[in-house]
Amino acid sequence: MELFDNLALGFGVAFTFQNLLYAFIGCLLGTLIGVLPGVGPVATIAMLLPATYALPPIAALIMLAGIYYGAQYGGSTTAILVNLPGEASSVVTMIDGYQMARKGRAGPALAAAGLGSFFAGCVGTLILAAFAAPLTEVAFKFGPAEYFSLMVLGLIGAVVLASGSLIKAVGMIVLGLLMGLIGTDVNSGVARFSFDIPELTDGVGFIVIAMGVFGYGEIISNLSKPEEEREVFTAKVTGLMPTAQDFKNMAPAVLRGTALGSALGILPGGGALLAAFAAYTIEKKTKLAPGEVPFGQGNIRGVAAPESANNAASQTSFIPLLTLGIPPNAVMALMVGAMTIHNIQPGPQVMTSNPELFWGLIASMWIGNAMLIILNLPLIGIWIKLLSVPYRWLFPAIVLFCAIGVYSTNNNTFDIWMVALFGVIGYGFIKLGMEPAPLLLGFILGPMMEENLRRAMLLSRGDWSVFVTRPLSATLLAMAVLMLIIVTLPSIKSKRQEAFVEE
Amino acid sequence: MNIKSQKDFFAGLFYTVTGAAFAYGATSYNVGTGARMGPGYFPLLLGILLAIIGAFVMFKSLTVETQDGDKIGSWAWKPLLFIIAGNVLFGILLGGLPRFGVPAMGLIVAIFGTTLVVSLAGDVFKLKEVLILATILSIGSYGAFVKLLNLQFPVWPTFITG
Repeated sequence: MELFDNLALGFGVAFTFQNLLYAFIGCLLGTLIGVLPGVGPVATIAMLLPATYALPPIAALIMLAGIYYGAQYGGSTTAILVNLPGEASSVVTMIDGYQMARKGRAGPALAAAGLGSFFAGCVGTLILAAFAAPLTEVAFKFGPAEYFSLMVLGLIGAVVLASGSLIKAVGMIVLGLLMGLIGTDVNSGVARFSFDIPELTDGVGFIVIAMGVFGYGEIISNLSKPEEEREVFTAKVTGLMPTAQDFKNMAPAVLRGTALGSALGILPGGGALLAAFAAYTIEKKTKLAPGEVPFGQGNIRGVAAPESANNAASQTSFIPLLTLGIPPNAVMALMVGAMTIHNIQPGPQVMTSNPELFWGLIASMWIGNAMLIILNLPLIGIWIKLLSVPYRWLFPAIVLFCAIGVYSTNNNTFDIWMVALFGVIGYGFIKLGMEPAPLLLGFILGPMMEENLRRAMLLSRGDWSVFVTRPLSATLLAMAVLMLIIVTLPSIKSKRQEAFVEE
Repeated sequence: MNIKSQKDFFAGLFYTVTGAAFAYGATSYNVGTGARMGPGYFPLLLGILLAIIGAFVMFKSLTVETQDGDKIGSWAWKPLLFIIAGNVLFGILLGGLPRFGVPAMGLIVAIFGTTLVVSLAGDVFKLKEVLILATILSIGSYGAFVKLLNLQFPVWPTFITG
């Protein structure tokens, strides 16, 4: 079996003492920052990215994957214990998880989230390993026209499946694409939109945008809300293990969540957020067993299903990134940036030219998941302590780490002025109800899209019909158009709004 | 005519103005033809697209009823000002402003300055607490970033280290 040979190669790479250590540090740091309320995975990864600069590429990616999982899991912990979503995808976990915690069952809730995530992570890793090779084959058949159409599909998918106003999200994508074009044009060497500022000829850094918009924008918006009474369960969490009945209830929910999450994660733009919402909606529709706690009052299925789904989705959303080089969501867009810093161009060629890195990364994802379980359940006391630290001590530290992180990217204070600018812009986005995630996605894809458009048009001698006469490209574009039509249908439109509104 | 959704109106206005600015800027580069795209081609296309999207969003905000007018609400000037000021101060203290003759004060001074200013953004400000916090952050950052990760920072003011 080729699959197992590949996985064996991967585990061989990942199971060195050094790489295990980096996976561990990554999970630890990721959880540490991810636990903080209001700091999502995007801001967490951006903040911790500088910590990986000095590492060799494999170790750096392994550590980043650890940070990513840690950030995801940290968000759930915050949701269950404080009733504050550490990140968007744990909004639904909050509903039942917090109620469980209030009834003194915080332990089983955390364990359900942890075990469900671990199971989903294992399945997701296997799917990733199984699909990677065949999809890579397909990717090599892609010409520039197909790539361009695929990116259109990816971007449309990202906004269709996201929450909020569709047309405003499309606007954010286009804005992101435009910002991605700032800097020197690779073909002509012309510095575009750089206003004769030498630093801008290299373009705007993606860390600067991620930190300014996701980090500072969020902090300012958090501070503007009146300080609510945060009820933290600082009491010792006892009885971590769920009861036999709990296991019986949550097992099918975990399976359903995993299946749904794995499928949605592959879709462009799907990812963790949508998977969690969909899984919760499905659980709510299934019949309650006799004597089961209703949803919204602390049902363990309401924690297990969305947590499994979002972890499965975060796993499978690596598939489009690693095989096609196209990030399906904002977090993956950040991973592209991170890989580029380490001189790895994500795409089908990574697997063939650099199999150690590719399979090592996949194996380390499984290791990362396992580590989360080992790390989080026993260390839960530490995270609780961290959550009881007042916000007024936390936010100066977060701002400081952002500033240090931004500076250390290029060792240049210019990036600090830029992050200030994007902080103001990011706060403006929040005030105007403009979602920043599509912006980051567009920003990463901007240069790639232009390059592929150029090549496709050069090959077709300026004939735009090339995008619809090549069958693969036409199919991809048709799917994009179909998606747009479906969501604008009135009946679906109201459902879509419903799906993202929770009690 | 009154605005039915304030948020959408200004979001649309922002898109239109930004899109138009990018499109206008793009015309100063060589646009080229479809087969041989110049550096101005793609940004011009996107700029026009963004401007149209903005116009559409604005049009919708003037015609489609919303329940409460979708008000933007008051701006949080205090956090906005102090967070951004703290961030800028970090840059000035860390690297200095050679053009204006401001010397680099280094990481430790920058951490103290930033923590002090950023803390003003919150509702409660206790100087003693903030100073303790800044001390902890300085020691932690020095240990983690300078010693452990080996990132290159000017740690102390240039006039001391020379």
